[in-house]
Amino acid sequence: MTEAIIHTHAAADHFDAHHGPEKGFKRWLFTTNHKDIGTLYLLFSLVMLFIGGLMALVIRAELFEPGKVLIDPEFFNQMTTMHGLIMVFGVIMPAMAGLANWMIPLMIGAPDMALPRLNNWSFWLLPFAFCLLMSTLIMSGPAPDFGWTFYAPLSTTYGPKSTDFFIFSVHMMGASSIMAALNIVVTIFNMRAPGMTWGKLPLFVWSWLVTGFLLLAVMPVLAGCVTMMLMDRHFHTSFFNAAGGGDPLLFQHVFWFFGHPEVYILILPGFGIISEVVSTFSRKRLFGYKFMVAATVLIAFIGLIVWMHHMFTTGAPITAQLYFMYATMLVAIPTGIKIFNWLATLFKGSITFETPMLFALGFLVMFTIGGFSGVMLSLVPADYQYRDSYFVVAHFHYVLVSGSLFAIFAAIYYWLPKWTGRMYSERLGQIHFWLSVIGMNLAFLPMHFLGLAGMPRRIPDYPLQFTDFNQLCTIGAFIFGMAQLVFLYIILKECVSHTKPDVSNQVWEGAKGLEWTLPSPPPYHTFETAPIVP
Amino acid sequence: MHHRILRLILFFTSALFVLTAYAESELNMPVGGTILSEEIYKLHMAGFYVCCGIGVVVFGVLIYSLIRFRKSKGAQAAHFHEHLGVEIIWTTIPFLILVALAIPATIVLGHIHNTDKSALTLKITGYQWKWKYEYLDQGISFFSVLSTTQDQINNKAKKSEWYLLEVDHEAVVPINTKIKLLITADDVIHSWWVPALGVKQDAIPGYINENWIYVTKPGTYRGQCGELCGLNHGFMPIVVKAVPQAEFDQWVKNHHPGNSFTPLQPALNPLTGDALLALGKAQYEKNCVMCHQANGAGLPPSFPALKKSRIVTGAPDAAIAFVLSGVPGTAMQAFGEQLDDQNIAAIMTYIRSAWGNSDLVKQQKYSTVIQPKDVAKVRQGSKP
Amino acid sequence: MNIQKANKRLTFMLVCGVIFMFGFCYMLVPLYELICKKEGINGKSARSVTTAAPGMKIDYSRTIKVDFITVLHHDIRFKFIPLHRRIDIHPGETKLVYFFAENQTGNEMTVQAIPSITPTDAARFLKKTECFCFTQQFFARGQKADMPVYFFIDPAISKDIKEVTLSYTLFDARGFEKKQAHFTKGRINL
Repeated sequence: MTEAIIHTHAAADHFDAHHGPEKGFKRWLFTTNHKDIGTLYLLFSLVMLFIGGLMALVIRAELFEPGKVLIDPEFFNQMTTMHGLIMVFGVIMPAMAGLANWMIPLMIGAPDMALPRLNNWSFWLLPFAFCLLMSTLIMSGPAPDFGWTFYAPLSTTYGPKSTDFFIFSVHMMGASSIMAALNIVVTIFNMRAPGMTWGKLPLFVWSWLVTGFLLLAVMPVLAGCVTMMLMDRHFHTSFFNAAGGGDPLLFQHVFWFFGHPEVYILILPGFGIISEVVSTFSRKRLFGYKFMVAATVLIAFIGLIVWMHHMFTTGAPITAQLYFMYATMLVAIPTGIKIFNWLATLFKGSITFETPMLFALGFLVMFTIGGFSGVMLSLVPADYQYRDSYFVVAHFHYVLVSGSLFAIFAAIYYWLPKWTGRMYSERLGQIHFWLSVIGMNLAFLPMHFLGLAGMPRRIPDYPLQFTDFNQLCTIGAFIFGMAQLVFLYIILKECVSHTKPDVSNQVWEGAKGLEWTLPSPPPYHTFETAPIVP
Repeated sequence: MHHRILRLILFFTSALFVLTAYAESELNMPVGGTILSEEIYKLHMAGFYVCCGIGVVVFGVLIYSLIRFRKSKGAQAAHFHEHLGVEIIWTTIPFLILVALAIPATIVLGHIHNTDKSALTLKITGYQWKWKYEYLDQGISFFSVLSTTQDQINNKAKKSEWYLLEVDHEAVVPINTKIKLLITADDVIHSWWVPALGVKQDAIPGYINENWIYVTKPGTYRGQCGELCGLNHGFMPIVVKAVPQAEFDQWVKNHHPGNSFTPLQPALNPLTGDALLALGKAQYEKNCVMCHQANGAGLPPSFPALKKSRIVTGAPDAAIAFVLSGVPGTAMQAFGEQLDDQNIAAIMTYIRSAWGNSDLVKQQKYSTVIQPKDVAKVRQGSKP
Repeated sequence: MNIQKANKRLTFMLVCGVIFMFGFCYMLVPLYELICKKEGINGKSARSVTTAAPGMKIDYSRTIKVDFITVLHHDIRFKFIPLHRRIDIHPGETKLVYFFAENQTGNEMTVQAIPSITPTDAARFLKKTECFCFTQQFFARGQKADMPVYFFIDPAISKDIKEVTLSYTLFDARGFEKKQAHFTKGRINL
C-alpha cells in the first residue's frame, strides 16, 4: 500500500514537471483538471452566495417594518424570485458539484473525472446562465417576479417579457447540471481504483452517486417544463392555458415532479459530507454503513413519488391526498435512520470540536428541527394552514441553510487544509460557526411562529402584529450575513497566502480514506497510477 | 454526571413549555372559531408535541454523547460500528409514531372533505388583487378591496389597527350554520386563507374548489391571500364577519338583489366636474393606484403609464370601452363588472384631468369630463 | 483504452436515459389527462362523452342535490347563467338542464366552457351524454343561445355524497380555434 502510494507520487511529480497547469487565465478557461474545475465551481458558488445573500438582506430590510421601507412590491417580488433561484441553482448545487469534482477522484483513487472536457463545459455554462438570468434586473420592465416556483399562469400568460431570458437560463443551468451528474456517475462507475468496491465506497461518493441519478432523472423534466412554458408563451400551444384545453395545475405537477427530488438533490451530498466529518472527529468508524447507503437510496426513491404534497390545497380527491400524505411521512423513516446512525457514531467515540465538526453538529441539530417541521407539514389538514405561510419558509430554510449550506461549510473546513496545505485559523472558523448559528436561528426560528399566526410568504408588507418577530428575523439575517464575511476572509486568506504548507498528509487525526494518503496540497495530477485499496 | 444530564433535560423541557406557553398566547396557530379550525389546531398541537418528544430523546442522546465522550476528557473510541437490532428498533418506533399521527390526520381530512348539508353557499373569486363574494342563494354579489390607504403604506399617515387586514366590504356570514365555500379565480392562482376559520383553499382559474366553515364564535376573522399572485399579492386581505342569524338576515335585506354594492344602474344624473374629480380621485386610489401609481406613471411595461397615454386622452368612447372591457391576458380587468357608471365616469374624468392630461385632451377638442350617461351609453352600445 | 470504451458506453446509456426523461415530461401531459379523466380530477371526466352503462338502474332511494354555477373568465363580456339554479336527481337518472349565454362583447367570439365539479370525490361519477363544453362554441355578435347538458350520476357514487356542484367557466378561446369552428350542436339559438 505505502509503496504503491510512493510510486504514485513519484509518477505524478514526474508528470507535473512536463505538464503542469497552464499559466494565467487560459488555465481556468480551458482546464480539464478536476481540481481546477472543482475550485472554479466553489469560487462561483461563493460569489453567488454573496449575491443571493445580498438579495436576502434586501428582502429582510424591506420587512424590518410594516409599510414601505426600501423597495417597491414589484422589486420585492423580483428579489424573492432571484434569491430563490440563485441560492438553489447558483450556490448549493454548484458548491456540491465543486466538492464532488475535487474529492470524488481523490476518494476513489481516480486520476481525474471520466469526461474531463465535458466537465469544463458543464462549469462554464453556469456563469453565462446566471449572467443571462441576472441581466433581466437591468432590462427595462420587470425581471422574473413570479417566485422561484414560477407557477402558471402567473409566469406564462401574465409573465413579464424577461421570462424568456429566465427560461433559457434555466435551460442552461439544467444542461450544466445534467452534464455534471453524467460525469460524476460515469466516474464513480468506471474510474474506481482496484479494490475500491461498492462496499468500501466513502459515503460522500455514495450519496453523490444517488444524487447523480436523481439529477439525471428530474433535470430533463424541468427542462421540459420550461420548454412547455416557452411554447405556451410563443408558439400558441396550451399546455397550461385552460382556454385552449390545457391545465394550470398540470404545471404544478410537472414542476414538483422535478421540484421535490430537487430538494433531495440539495441535501443528499450533505448527508455524505456529515457522515465523513462525524466519523473523523469521533475517531470512530461510521455506524451502520449499509443502512446509511440504503437510507440514501430509499430517500431518493421516495422523493420521486411524493411531489403532490406541495399541492395539498389545490383541491385533490381525498384518496390522492391520503396517498401522498402517507408516502411523505415515510420519508421520515430513512431520514431518521440517518440521524440515529450519526448519533450512534458519536456514541462512545473520542470527540473533538474543530470547525468542521461544529458545523456537522449544527447540521445534526437544526436539520432535525427542519425534519420535525417537515413531519408536521405532511399532515394534510395541518398543511392546509402551514402551506405558503412563513412556517414553510422556516422549514425549508432550516433544511437548506442549516442543512445543505452548513454541510458545505463543514466540507470546506474539512478539506480546505488538504487543498491548500495550510490550516485555516481555527479561531476565526469558530467565530464563523457561532455567528452563523446565532444569526441563522434568530432569522428563521421566529418565522415558524409568524407562519402559524398567519403571515403568508412572499409579501412585501405585513400587518402590525407581525412586527416584533419580523424585526428579530431581520436582525438575525444581518448577523448571518456578517458571519459570512468572516468566512470570506478565511477563504481569501487561504487562497492568497504564500506560506509553506504546514499540515501533514492526514491533516486530521481521525481521518481515513484515500484522499488523506496524498500530500497536502496534492499535486496537480494525482493517482495517475491507480492506488491499491486495502 | 447523571444529575447533570437530568438537569439538562429538565432545562430543555421547561424551556419548551415556556416557549409553547408564549407561542400559545401570541403566535401559535389560532384555535379559531370554527369546528374545523379547532380540529386542525388539535392535530397541529399533537404533531408538535410528538416532535418535541422525539426531539428531547434525540437531542438528549446527542448532548450526553458530546459531554461524556470528549477526547479532552480522555474518552477512547470504541470499535463497534454496526448492530442490526438497534437499526430495526429505530426503524420500527418512528414508523409506529407516524401511524399514530396519520390516524387523526386522516379523520380530520375526512371532515374537511364532507361539505354536505350546507345551508348557505358562498362563491369566492380571486382577482388580481381583490376578492369577489357571491351569495348564490341570496343573489348578493360584491367586490372586497383593501381599504388601507396608500398614505399608510407609504408611511405618510399613522397605520390603523388593522393595517393591511381591512377591506371596504367584508363578507358577512351567519354563525352556527354550515357554509359551503366555492372558490375560484379570475386570472392567476390565488389562495383564500383565513387562519382562524381553518380554511386555506387555492383559487384556480377554470376550476372550482370546495371547503366549508361552521363558525361557532361570532366576530371578525381576518386573513390574506396565500399564493403569490403578482404585484400586490400582499395587499388583498380577506375579512369575514360572523354574526347571529337575525343580524345576517337583516344584512341580506339591506342588500337585496339588484341593490348590491356595485349595481349596474342605468344612467345617473349628471354631476359637476369638481364632484366627479373628487370622487374620481378617491376611486382611482382604491382601484387603480396599485398598478398605475399615484403619479400616473405606471410600472411599464406591465402596467402602462396613464400620464400622456393616447388611449386615456383620446376619444371618450374608446377610453371608456377600454376600462369597461379590460385587456384579455393582462392585469387590466373588465371594470364594467366591478364599478357602476358613476364611479367609472368619475375615474375617467380624473385620469383625463390629472398629470397634465387635460392639455392633451383639450388639444384634441375633447372634454375631460365624462358623465355617467356617457358610460351607460358605451355599456349599452357594446350590446347589440 | 478499455476504460474509455466503458465510459462511452455508460455515457451513451445515461444520455438515453436523459432523453427518455425529457420525453417522459411530455408524456406526463397525456398521462395526467388520462388519470384526471379516470379520477375525475378537475372535472376532466366531465369534458367528454360518456354513454350510460347498459342496465344502469335508477336508485330512487337516494337523492342528490346538484347546484349549477357559472364563472366568466377574466370577466369576458358575456351573459352566462344556468337556467336551473339547482335540481334534485336520483343516481342513474338522466336529466337535461340548460345554460343561457349571450355574447355582449360586440365581436364574434369563440368560447370554451371548462367544467369543474365538487366535491372532488364526486367528480368522476357525474357523467354527461351531451354538453356544450365538449367543443368550442361560436357566437356571432350579440348572439344568444340556450345550451343543453344531458347528464346523469353514476349510482356507484359514494353514499356519503349528497350535494354536488357543477361549475362552468367560460374562457375566451380566440387564438385556439379548433377546426370544427361555429359548432352549435344541440344549441337553441334565440
